[in-house]
Amino acid sequence: MQIGRTTRIVLGAVTAVVLALIYLPLGVVFLNSISTSESLSWPPPGYTLEWWGRALQSEGALHALGTSVMVAIAASSIALVLGTLAAMALSRYRFFGKESINLLIVLPIALPGIVTGIALNNAFRTMVGVQLSVWTLIIAHATFCIVTVYNNAFARLNASGTRLEEASMDLGAGLFTTFRLVTFPHLKSALLAGGLLAFALSFDEIIVTTFTAGTGVTTLPLWILQNMFRPSQAPVVAVIAVILAVLSVVPLAIAQRLTAKDAEAVSR
Amino acid sequence: MTTHRVSGFIAPRRRLQLAGLLSAPILWLGLVYIVALAALLVTAFWTVDTLTGQVQVEWTTANVVEVLTGALYRTVTLRTLGIALLVTLIDVMVAVPVAFFMAKIASPRLRHVLVIAVLAPLWASYLVKVYSWRALLSADGIIHWIATPFGGDTPGYGIPAVVMTLSYLWLPFVIMPIYAGFDRVPDRLLEASADLGAKGARTLIAVVLPMIWPAIIAGSIFAFSLSLGDYLATGIVGGTTQLLGNLVYTNVGAANNLPLAAAISLIPIAIILLYLAAVRRTGALRSL
Repeated sequence: MQIGRTTRIVLGAVTAVVLALIYLPLGVVFLNSISTSESLSWPPPGYTLEWWGRALQSEGALHALGTSVMVAIAASSIALVLGTLAAMALSRYRFFGKESINLLIVLPIALPGIVTGIALNNAFRTMVGVQLSVWTLIIAHATFCIVTVYNNAFARLNASGTRLEEASMDLGAGLFTTFRLVTFPHLKSALLAGGLLAFALSFDEIIVTTFTAGTGVTTLPLWILQNMFRPSQAPVVAVIAVILAVLSVVPLAIAQRLTAKDAEAVSR
Repeated sequence: MTTHRVSGFIAPRRRLQLAGLLSAPILWLGLVYIVALAALLVTAFWTVDTLTGQVQVEWTTANVVEVLTGALYRTVTLRTLGIALLVTLIDVMVAVPVAFFMAKIASPRLRHVLVIAVLAPLWASYLVKVYSWRALLSADGIIHWIATPFGGDTPGYGIPAVVMTLSYLWLPFVIMPIYAGFDRVPDRLLEASADLGAKGARTLIAVVLPMIWPAIIAGSIFAFSLSLGDYLATGIVGGTTQLLGNLVYTNVGAANNLPLAAAISLIPIAIILLYLAAVRRTGALRSL
């Protein structure tokens, strides 16, 4: 399609403005992390690095960060296994009820977090009769993370087709060998992208977390919620947010590069 | 080798393979999620002992009837639905041109940068972003500071603030599937359309739109359902605004009335299921 010069410029300008708007609130957070004012009044009265020092020594924040990373890794690992299995089943086999299973996988993310949260809270405490803990939290997170892995894996499996797998089986490789040597290498980067998304989803989740974490379990979002409105802690929260946003660029860049490369190879 | 023997046994048995693949995900989602959800729905028909605050297994339709007929619930449902639809519309209208630029105009190098630039804010903590909007919108915040010279002012905390904040929060979730949708439209198709004499607008409507429609719907599911259940952002920037999520939250927490909370949550569940049923045929569920 011939895209006119004007169209290009207009769309480029729109994109630039939208990106600026996306980063404006983040810029405010950054200023808050170096402002001498504890509240977010504008313009900032002065600048200081005090909050950065306090944040790096904040035991509560670091401990919460550790908990969040642990929960996110556990939840996305479970989601990786279950999502891959489901994607293999739905992309490689014909059977009755495919639509329902697709809906079943999507539902935990499509229904409001508060519904998922109170449903699981009620089930854990009154039906199963267990105390809320870090395990109930991981189970809850894994449940709504499955969909991100599933969708990435399913799309890749559909795009790559079954020819290579059939060739492998014809040449005498068993099911497991075929999966290990043919299917999995193809799927790897899609799984990485899905797993990363699952990690991010779990890492930042607050609503389901509120209802399924045990009393002693404080994830980073829970810690932020507890400290955000305390005047002396609000700038420390801002520091943590800035660090996370900056650090996130590294895994995103890696995943982006890998998936782009693989997707090209597959579509060729 | 045992794996070899297992492989040899199940290789011709497709049903067995399928059962092996599906049993774990189905057991997990069925046992953990569907059972919990069903139990919650059943709770909507139970009562709470007014003295002890304990949930009692005493069947009643009072909660559901109250939710269906009470004026409060009708008002809040319409308000929530209106906000969710408006947020979805705003996000789609912003996301489509941005995603188109990213997928079809930007150079590959710029495209990588843009994808990361759109995704990175997702990691900067939902709560911190809401808090930042609270600061932006405050009486001595940036919006006030920028708008005052032009005779405007910050909208303050209320429904407009909720719409702005939610649109902001979900925008990356809407841009990404639509970007992926545009990315899947092969350039040669656009060239073919142009060679056959179609102008840019015609190509967009007749060729591109049908192809990216599922992606747009997929993005809309995110914005719509995330808005429909939100209560935290509404509590922080919404002033006294109440959405369905806030009503559910109050009844679980302060009011300690799980049956009524369960009855209220039937409303967003029903709305989402209707929405999913309506868009199912577009294949959008696979583009999430």
